[in-house]
Amino acid sequence: MELDSLYQEVILDHYKHPLHKGLSSQMSVQVHHVNPSCGDEITLNLLLDGGVVQDVTWDGVGCSISQASSSIMSDLVHGKRVEEALTILESFSELMASKGSQQGDEAVLEDAVALAGVSKFPARVKCALLGWMAFKDAVLQAESK
Amino acid sequence: MSLLDVAAIKADFPIFAKKMRNEARLVYLDSGATSQKPEQVLAAERSFYSEHNAAVHRGSHLLAEEASLAYEGAREIVARFINGQVDEVVFTKSATESINLIAYSFSNTNKGSFALTAGDEILVSEMEHHANLIPWQQLARRTGATLKWFGTTSDGRLDLSAIDDLISERTKIVAITHQSNVLGTINPIAEIAHRAHLVGAIVVLDACQSVPHFAVDVADLGVDFIAFSGHKMLGPTGIGVLWGRAALLAEMEPFLYGGSMIESVTMESATWAPAPRKFEAGVPNMAQAVGLGAAITYLEKIGMREIHEHESTLTAYALAGLSTIKGLQIIGPLDAIDRGGVISFAIDEIHPHDVGQVLDQYGIAVRTGHHCAWPLMRKFGVSGTTRASFYLYNDLSDIDALVDGITATQKYFKV
Ligand SMILES: Cc1ncc(COP(=O)(O)O)c(C=O)c1O
Repeated sequence: MELDSLYQEVILDHYKHPLHKGLSSQMSVQVHHVNPSCGDEITLNLLLDGGVVQDVTWDGVGCSISQASSSIMSDLVHGKRVEEALTILESFSELMASKGSQQGDEAVLEDAVALAGVSKFPARVKCALLGWMAFKDAVLQAESK
Repeated sequence: MSLLDVAAIKADFPIFAKKMRNEARLVYLDSGATSQKPEQVLAAERSFYSEHNAAVHRGSHLLAEEASLAYEGAREIVARFINGQVDEVVFTKSATESINLIAYSFSNTNKGSFALTAGDEILVSEMEHHANLIPWQQLARRTGATLKWFGTTSDGRLDLSAIDDLISERTKIVAITHQSNVLGTINPIAEIAHRAHLVGAIVVLDACQSVPHFAVDVADLGVDFIAFSGHKMLGPTGIGVLWGRAALLAEMEPFLYGGSMIESVTMESATWAPAPRKFEAGVPNMAQAVGLGAAITYLEKIGMREIHEHESTLTAYALAGLSTIKGLQIIGPLDAIDRGGVISFAIDEIHPHDVGQVLDQYGIAVRTGHHCAWPLMRKFGVSGTTRASFYLYNDLSDIDALVDGITATQKYFKV
């Protein structure tokens, strides 16, 4: 079924057992993002130190795609240098804009390649990007502090 | 328990020939958002463009005359349909514009019925669509008036327990929905309008979800304004209606200024044409108005009473069917009394967006999300719901498909 390209097993696993969900008290900045078309929300805490993403935690409500994507993202950027984290983010954004034409580079995106199928469903791309855009915003805010 | 001849009705709607994903037939359960259009409406628009197209009320040629007749003919059809006077029917682009029109008229003047100042109150309800909430929030902000609201009870009815406090001498506007687009609840408008008029307030009714589905008679509703959209009642997009009492329309300030809405113009100033023209600046959405007229003619041929009965039967059947599904909660009244064909629900452990996605694989079109009623979602503690809404082209097999689709969704997500 076409649906299986959207809801890969990895995604459903992350949805049922999300990583880094639950806000930690230590942070450089906190951001809150919403998806106005569906009402989904995410709050994200970022702890940045010496140009390194020390910690990303998040909480929120959303569909399986947005929850799994936030889970995958937070795990992926954890411990990375900021530039590297932003490169991963660029690569993920590009995959989401690909309308199903790209598979994604597993070496860079790891579990996030499981979200490649989302790019075939235009209405769901925003769901997949919610957590990533919150992270990007948090980085910008932390760096301009 | 009467049911319409759905097969015959469906044959009038070209979209039902479309194959959905996986070659599935279309099970359209999203008429609350917008309805599908019958061939008769498409033909009316086409014929306007191909045989009569000209700017209405301008020009001295045959086409201008025919276009004006068609446009004004549509106004007569609307007026008859809601039992109002012809000059009380204002064409807008949508219900959203209709409501904004009234709200702006209140801040365009500081005298008479439409004067609003600090200390005055505007009363809405917690179950309003954003279209009947935000224009009033903003009007309150512009004028210093205070926004108040009726709450909702946990079973999805309007909470009238505080009505004695909420409607007072300070109340200038009561703006309320006839039927909730989320809960399906039909509100006791006559009672609210009566109370509002005792204190001299103006009553605005959001009739978006009522006029398409049951007979609405402005002469006995007792309200001062009603707003609705053509696209939810088999008509085209881009055409909406504002009906208002003649005396109030005469007093009300225009909202959009420009061509066609004037009586006389000099370099310094202008005076206005009588209603409804003073509210219809610019070349209007003519083909769309004509299409709306054709939609109403279609609805009348089937009969609003029959349509309402049909939908009541579907609603009762759906409420019964959905309540057999484990882990599904209906958000809104559980019985079919004072309730229209709109059913919102939540499913344990599956987000509405995911429900909608799986149903789509079976050709079932539902709405998911907050339905432009975010405060109501907060009230019920959900980020969104899945919503099925019915119309004259739905039948019991559509509801069976929905129930089966939900069961399949639960199986897919292993809950
Ligand atoms: C109750 C209600 N009010 C207002 C509106 C706004 O209608 P429109 O978007 O056609 O202006 C809608 C449409 O969703 C509605 O359901």
